[in-house]
Amino acid sequence: MIYLDHSATTKPNKSVLETFVQANERYYANPASLHQMGVETNTLLSRAREQIAAIIKTEPEQIIFTSGGTESNNFAIKGLARANKHRGTKILISAIEHASVEESAKALEKEGYTVEKVQVNEYGVISIEDLKKKLTKDTVIVSIMHVNNEIGALQPISEIARIVHENSRAFFHMDAVQSFGKIPVHFAGEEGPDALTVSGHKINGLKGTGFLALRKQVNIETIIHGGGQEMGLRSGTVAVPQAVALAKAVRMAHETQPAHEEQFSQWRDDLHAFLQQFPYVRTLSSNKGAPHIVSCAVQGLRGEILVNAMQHEGFIISTSSACSSKDHSISHVVKAIEIDPSYEKGVIRISLGEGITEKDIQAFKTAFKKVMMQVKEF
Amino acid sequence: MKEIYLDHAATTPMHPLVISKMVESMESVYGNPSSIHRIGRFARKHLDDARHILAKSIGAKDQEIIVTGGGSEADNLAITGTAYAKQNEGRHIITTVVEHHAVLHTCQQLEKEGYEVTYLPVDETGRVSLEDVKKALRDDTILVTIMFGNNEVGTIQPIKEIGELLKEHSATFHTDAVQAFGILPIDVNDLHVDLLSVSSHKLNGPKGIGFLYQRDQTKLKPLIYGGEQERKRRAGTENVPAVVGFAEAVAIAQRNFEEKQQAYKEFHQHFLKKLDQAEIDYHINGNEQYCLPHVMNISFKNMDVESFLVNLDMAGIAASSGSACTAGSIDPSHVLVAMYGSEADELRNSIRYSFGYGLDLEDIDTAAERTIEIVKRLAK
Ligand SMILES: Cc1ncc(COP(=O)(O)O)c(C=O)c1O
Ligand SMILES: Cc1ncc(COP(=O)(O)O)c(C=O)c1O
Repeated sequence: MIYLDHSATTKPNKSVLETFVQANERYYANPASLHQMGVETNTLLSRAREQIAAIIKTEPEQIIFTSGGTESNNFAIKGLARANKHRGTKILISAIEHASVEESAKALEKEGYTVEKVQVNEYGVISIEDLKKKLTKDTVIVSIMHVNNEIGALQPISEIARIVHENSRAFFHMDAVQSFGKIPVHFAGEEGPDALTVSGHKINGLKGTGFLALRKQVNIETIIHGGGQEMGLRSGTVAVPQAVALAKAVRMAHETQPAHEEQFSQWRDDLHAFLQQFPYVRTLSSNKGAPHIVSCAVQGLRGEILVNAMQHEGFIISTSSACSSKDHSISHVVKAIEIDPSYEKGVIRISLGEGITEKDIQAFKTAFKKVMMQVKEF
Repeated sequence: MKEIYLDHAATTPMHPLVISKMVESMESVYGNPSSIHRIGRFARKHLDDARHILAKSIGAKDQEIIVTGGGSEADNLAITGTAYAKQNEGRHIITTVVEHHAVLHTCQQLEKEGYEVTYLPVDETGRVSLEDVKKALRDDTILVTIMFGNNEVGTIQPIKEIGELLKEHSATFHTDAVQAFGILPIDVNDLHVDLLSVSSHKLNGPKGIGFLYQRDQTKLKPLIYGGEQERKRRAGTENVPAVVGFAEAVAIAQRNFEEKQQAYKEFHQHFLKKLDQAEIDYHINGNEQYCLPHVMNISFKNMDVESFLVNLDMAGIAASSGSACTAGSIDPSHVLVAMYGSEADELRNSIRYSFGYGLDLEDIDTAAERTIEIVKRLAK
């Protein structure tokens, strides 16, 4: 079985697992406890925070551990909006955000905020013109993802950051769940976002781990009240072994990023060229997008059929995304890039990650061809 | 010197069987349960099986369990989720002054948003009276949230009686059972609760995971939005290995309720007998009859909690002054203030010892001896 669904989730790295197990054996105390065991656990937590901060070039206090990407996105959108309502009540997101951003924004409509969406082109890249037009004085947050999870679209982040910072008082939040470890991620400063979401299970870390990084002096409200852990911003006993495992995963992803980017980009380009040979296949991802995501649509077919057929050949791929895969309606991302309706239902995603080899890619092509012969060219 | 961990109410070590289950799960069940392919479905099966164990443990149905990122999140979800879902029916909430901060601070936040909260007092043993609950109930009361067992002094509240009382009222009944779950058998139907919070790391399961029981038809708005996980009640890729580990911890806890309670009672008696023999001047904070067996909170005459804790720590005893959550500082405990008033000696001289997995009578003996030695040395 060859796993080509790394954008849905990844297998934890062996050394991340070992780190987790070791931390649980020795450092199980509550880091808020005052006794020696608590102090030692807290030291370990601080070190994990420092390691992550060093990699994304910020201060440790700017890193808040959460239960994952979804919580981080909820926290960023709701927390920033509520704490900065005096700056404005408009929330600007792209038309292709992950559900955790889109639904968080939508939930705020009941609290008096308005949500507007920046349009994207056929590759899923936002229209800078539309952004400029919709970015007004009363915009409080702009949330635009770095890499889209369904079609791999890559946004011009430094340009967006510059526009947002120069023309408004809004905070720029970036969901980097799909980009971290795959391409360089810049944080803070004029060229980067003010808030950044990362999730552990997409980078060979553990599920239920993630963080939100916040630029200094940004006011944010907590969404989980209680004991005041994480600088008062996220209550709940801190899962130190998970934080340590996340730091490990972040470090490893950071180290392997350049090599992965180079390798995956080659495979991506190769797959694009391969897929474009079929007259009834349209690629939705492009060579200018993220290195690890290849998305295409097959005319007149349902994605589920293809996923099953490929599974039969020993390859695990997915429909447009795991989150929408149980839902048979067409994903909002596919809608937003306006493809021909005869292709809309036939979207599949191949996402690359740790452990894949050249041989796997070539075998995939052979299998895909075989499946196409069965379903399209019989 | 052997370190003795007597802070199991703050958090617990994972059970070795739980660790091995989790590791096994991380290695072989790494798929995303929402994926339609084989690896996803395999993960879904493990998630479903684990959820079934969680549900069974409190007499609930599988779909009544919402997995969360821990006890605090479960409390927040219960309280804000109810408040937002029922805001058109009323804006009055009843709780007690001795709740965990995850409940108290969430209630305070709702007060800022225009809700009205009644904080019921407790008696000297930390118990609320049924009469007070009855008196506080109004037509516009939408939620009653009262903890099962207190984390600082172990006092158990009359949950079943309150549940009976609320059967005739439209208010949702939530109980924070984070400390009681895994120690005492709990049946949500017997107790008539609508919402119940649980946290895994208090019962030798992994940290960062918990659940909220939501009785069918109980209105609740989500706290964390996104994908359609947990039947649209809690978004986020499911943390399958942690849920599997949590379920294993629950299964272990379910197997030995009696044995555990017996052992902790014995620890209590043994420890106190030692203090008596050494003629230490102390008394128990809490309720003798209605007490979580793993929590033992003792007020020592003429002692000062800060130097006491430092000395206990140097003697290899990890205990605490109350809750670990008021991170880093020894603020007077709001629970003890509620029981004794803000001037009481107990605020400055009480230590919480809490029992759990891996302890034996010999450890308790040692802990008592080291405690006695310190008290004799430091008591003014
Ligand atoms: C772009 C993007 N953002 C957010 C998330 C949510 O992260 P998590 O699964 O850690 O909650 C995902 C993955 O599901 C994602 O692909
Ligand atoms: C009674 C009680 N409620 C809630 C919590 C919070 O649980 P968690 O640490 O899992 O967020 C705790 C423990 O810290 C507790 O003792």
